[in-house]
Amino acid sequence: MFYREAGQFKTTYQADQAVFPILQDRVGLALILIGAFVLIPLVASDFFLSVVMIPLLILALASIGLNILTGYTGLLSLGTGGFMGVGAFACYKLTTLFPGVNIVIWILVSGFFSTALGILFGLPSLRIKGFYLTVATLAAQFFLDWSFIRIQWLTNYNTSGAIEVPTRTLFSFPVTGPNATPQFRYLVILAVVTLLTWFASNLVHGRIGRMWMAVRDMDLAAELIGIPLYRTKLLAFAISSYYCGVAGALMVFFWYGSAEPGVFNIDQSFTILFMVIIGGLGSLTGSFFGAALIYGLPIMMKAVLHGLGINILPATVEHLTFMTVGALIVLVLIVEPLGLARLWQITKQKLRVWPFPY
Amino acid sequence: MRAPGGPEVAVGGVLLAVENVSLAFGGVKAVNDVSFDIRKGEIRAIIGPNGAGKTSMLNIINGFYQPQQGRITFKGEARSKMRPHDAAKGGIARTFQNVALFRGMTSLDNIMAGRTLRMNKNLFWQLLRFGPAMTEEVEHRHRVEEIIDFLKIQEIRRTPVGRLPYGLQKRVELGRALAMEPELLLLDEPMAGMNLEEKEDMSRFILDVNDHYGTTIVLIEHDMGVVMDLSDRVVVLDHGVKIADGTPDEVKGNQSVIDAYLGVAH
Repeated sequence: MFYREAGQFKTTYQADQAVFPILQDRVGLALILIGAFVLIPLVASDFFLSVVMIPLLILALASIGLNILTGYTGLLSLGTGGFMGVGAFACYKLTTLFPGVNIVIWILVSGFFSTALGILFGLPSLRIKGFYLTVATLAAQFFLDWSFIRIQWLTNYNTSGAIEVPTRTLFSFPVTGPNATPQFRYLVILAVVTLLTWFASNLVHGRIGRMWMAVRDMDLAAELIGIPLYRTKLLAFAISSYYCGVAGALMVFFWYGSAEPGVFNIDQSFTILFMVIIGGLGSLTGSFFGAALIYGLPIMMKAVLHGLGINILPATVEHLTFMTVGALIVLVLIVEPLGLARLWQITKQKLRVWPFPY
Repeated sequence: MRAPGGPEVAVGGVLLAVENVSLAFGGVKAVNDVSFDIRKGEIRAIIGPNGAGKTSMLNIINGFYQPQQGRITFKGEARSKMRPHDAAKGGIARTFQNVALFRGMTSLDNIMAGRTLRMNKNLFWQLLRFGPAMTEEVEHRHRVEEIIDFLKIQEIRRTPVGRLPYGLQKRVELGRALAMEPELLLLDEPMAGMNLEEKEDMSRFILDVNDHYGTTIVLIEHDMGVVMDLSDRVVVLDHGVKIADGTPDEVKGNQSVIDAYLGVAH
């Protein structure tokens, strides 16, 4: 009843080409942003911020990265974990080599190192397609994972082989390291994720997004209308890896605080891939939904089991989680292959005509 | 022989010439020593029984296949090798026998994608979707809306093409090709699988494209009525060999054409 576009006429193509042409969507987005930037830091507990919100935003950013490559351009990648690791280690090296430069700048710059490697491992995409390309990205994953463990220069020869995040400040407030408060960490992450999501949304709604989707849907026809396949695919690899790299750097610096090389293994790649599939291939909103579901479900299950006073071992909870997530993926693939994003669209469509059936 | 009513388009010089072109897949000669030309502003039909090499001929013209022998002159420039991407840049657009639309995108986005080559604002502006990038987007939306009006597909603008019926998909595909503002438009069986009414609509669009934009059209079609009514000149292929070339009337009376279609008593 309230979500309706009747009476909202567009008089210019500019208004009609907007990313959110419907007024209610714009209002909703504004409310979400105000809530995220003002309300949550004010009222949320430290626990909620560092255990729920921070991981969620970081994982959503990585999902957006993979979604650009897999959902929009149709190139299935299993190298996400590796590219995230590149960002994290690049950021670590940069901030220990040049401690004077602001950490947020290094976070954003470290993504470019992932971009370079993403392009390198994307080079085979001209010749090989489908599963074979996936195997090439798998090779990237294993190679990068191996490098993180074996090349000790990356961890500054730390004997434990892990990276310890040093304390860095922003406007003289510590935002990384042991002294950083969850509020500041959250705000920095939120700003970065909001900015990059806005960029991604702009890209996929414009010429470049259409080129990516054209390559995904019918590469022969895309070539025929003058879309250079190779450059379009490499651009997708480049931008996707940038997002993954920034997400990896944020993950280590603003969430884990320290990281062993093992966190960027193949499991990480699969987790992000599940988020993209469950959330919806080719949808930015879906990336957030997917991250929320896959990451949030175990936390919710634990909380619910605790709340019910059921006393079971943490290991059992973990097994239960694995089973539920697995079942959920199968269920989503059968019921709604386009993921939660499609369900969200259907809901909006229904709301539009509610309370009438059509 | 053109359908009565439409104004005649002045047919000019040679736009594209095919000279002694041969293409073989292993032992199969798909196209064998074929020569013909396409003049500016005409509707040129390529007909022939199944397996005659018609689609192979289109694929050669727009660079999907490289001919093993012979040469192709487009706009006075001879070429030996060309990629489909170069053909698109040179002004050759194409539709497919089996609709080759971007199924996940809306009709509007499909047609907008056809204008990719004419859009050039860089990544920086694309990230902001503001200023020059937005101006460009709006400017091209104007052109696309003209095509949408022309093809009368206003109401399916926002529909993902995967959900459209076949006839409309063909129309959107024509729209995408037109969005490229091509000089030469290759249509591979634009009316395959259509009913009479849809065929009439499509014929009208093809004639209008030719009249309105002055686009040169190469048409592969099995419906002889359509071919005879629409085209200015017809090439007939059979087993990769050209067996006739001329106006629809000349071709209709040609004995080898009749033999190719009906068979000969041995």
